[in-house]
Amino acid sequence: MKKIRENNALTGWLMVSPLAITLLVFLVIPIVMIAIVSFWRATEYSIIPDFSWENYEFLFSSSVTYRVFLNTFKYALITWAFTLTIGFTVAYFLAFHIRTLTWQIALFLLCTIPFWTSNIIRMISWIPFLGRNGIANTTLLNMGIIDAPLEWLLFSDFAVILAFVHLYTLFMVVPIFNTMMRIDRSLIEAARDAGASGAQILWNVIIPLTKPGIMIGTIFVVTLVMGDFVTVRLMSGSQSANVGRLISNDIALLQYPSASATAVVLLLTVVILISILLRFVDIRKEL
Amino acid sequence: MEPRPRSFYILGAVFALFILFLYAPTITIGILSFQGEGGGLTFPMRGVSLHWFRDLFEQQAVGDIWGSFRRSLALGTMVMVTTVVVSVAGGLAFRKRFPGASILFHLVIASLVIPSILVSLGVGLLFSQSGLNVHWASSGFGAQLTWTLPFGLLIMFAVFNRFDKSYEEAARDLGATPWQTLRHVVLPIIAPSLIGVALFGFTLSYDEFARTLMTAGSYNTLPLEIYGMTTNVTTPVLYALGTLTTVFSFCVIGLFLGFALLSGRRKARAASDAGKGMV
Repeated sequence: MKKIRENNALTGWLMVSPLAITLLVFLVIPIVMIAIVSFWRATEYSIIPDFSWENYEFLFSSSVTYRVFLNTFKYALITWAFTLTIGFTVAYFLAFHIRTLTWQIALFLLCTIPFWTSNIIRMISWIPFLGRNGIANTTLLNMGIIDAPLEWLLFSDFAVILAFVHLYTLFMVVPIFNTMMRIDRSLIEAARDAGASGAQILWNVIIPLTKPGIMIGTIFVVTLVMGDFVTVRLMSGSQSANVGRLISNDIALLQYPSASATAVVLLLTVVILISILLRFVDIRKEL
Repeated sequence: MEPRPRSFYILGAVFALFILFLYAPTITIGILSFQGEGGGLTFPMRGVSLHWFRDLFEQQAVGDIWGSFRRSLALGTMVMVTTVVVSVAGGLAFRKRFPGASILFHLVIASLVIPSILVSLGVGLLFSQSGLNVHWASSGFGAQLTWTLPFGLLIMFAVFNRFDKSYEEAARDLGATPWQTLRHVVLPIIAPSLIGVALFGFTLSYDEFARTLMTAGSYNTLPLEIYGMTTNVTTPVLYALGTLTTVFSFCVIGLFLGFALLSGRRKARAASDAGKGMV
């Protein structure tokens, strides 16, 4: 019996070894590398091994850091609120109002197809809408709602959030839809028989049962927004900053140690956030 | 059937608006990429032409688009094949207990939530400090796998959670070896889901930007090329490229979905007739 168990462990290890090795070489060691380099020093053209807290001291003494982190949280929070509201509504419609499985799958696919296309192209696609002479401004001008083109549509926080919601709502729709589809319909019937109104069913039955899906969606959206640097750069026209941009700017200037220090702080922030969220959900059970 | 409640129509309208929100920008740049020669980045259209598509085929105008396209295609294929093989092996292994399973699972989740730019920075540093050259097919390939493998593995978990173990038991009872069970029973049953894993592997790699930024080396992949263009190209040639890439993505998605549909049908046709009576 013991022999068999040992054999099982060996085959198990053999089969996960490609996965484990890939994650070790391209995830664990690189993160350790970042942690090490964050203590190094940099000149204009090279980085020098060292052990100094200089990068962290600079990071925590600069008011820019706090502003940028605050801005990052702001983006995450607003995007989360919008993606959750829209994602929940869409998933609810698909799961409870569409009656045949074929239509459910078809409409679900319609929602997910953009996920498989390029994010950068989808960001660029907003330019003709939001620009100074774009569709939104022209329409509003023609309707007489505004007298002059709105300047804050493109290259602003508004555009950044809009792009985030556009890109990441799918990450809410998919897990929420998945959990909703597994809700036992007889529970809803029981609630109705017991005299619950539609709103009561939604609040006391469906939302509590959908929580794991909401948590998984939240984890995706929060981490994607916190780690982003492209969307903020493209959609704010380099006028706003988040942590990701702070890092990518340092990288562009070859200031790897200071980029690494910022990266370590970002990583810790994300890890703390996620471990709090993971307390509410068992991912393996929800798949 | 009972009549539709009023909420159906309200939510239906919200859903339709959401779909419009998802697709309208893409359709808009699709239209604008046929902008006339003198036209700009927004409406009105100044005539209709293929001018900007022609521009794409002139090397000097926009840089090495076709080279980067070929590289993205090759990299996408490499990532796809690796993701499918590694995820299936990993998914099979995780069905049984093995020491360290929990740690590895948490590592997979970590891989999914760690910001892409950290992977990019870390892999870039690792390669430069160990004296290796970054190249899209080595460091870029590995960096992208940290994003596609978790997706593939989670899909495999979902598949095996719904897998009926009695098929395997039946095969074993009939004297099949573990390998035969895997080859002739398990793999054919999970094959349609593998198409899903492949689709994720290819498209996530083909569109990946952040993880390849510092790991692709001197030869750009297509998303990197497009990102570069956004800063210095201000003509509809950008839209033409965007339209072509999106059309290509749609073709890939269509191909995979077609495959999935076909193999689903085949499975239905070849399925067991047990319990249907001897007629």
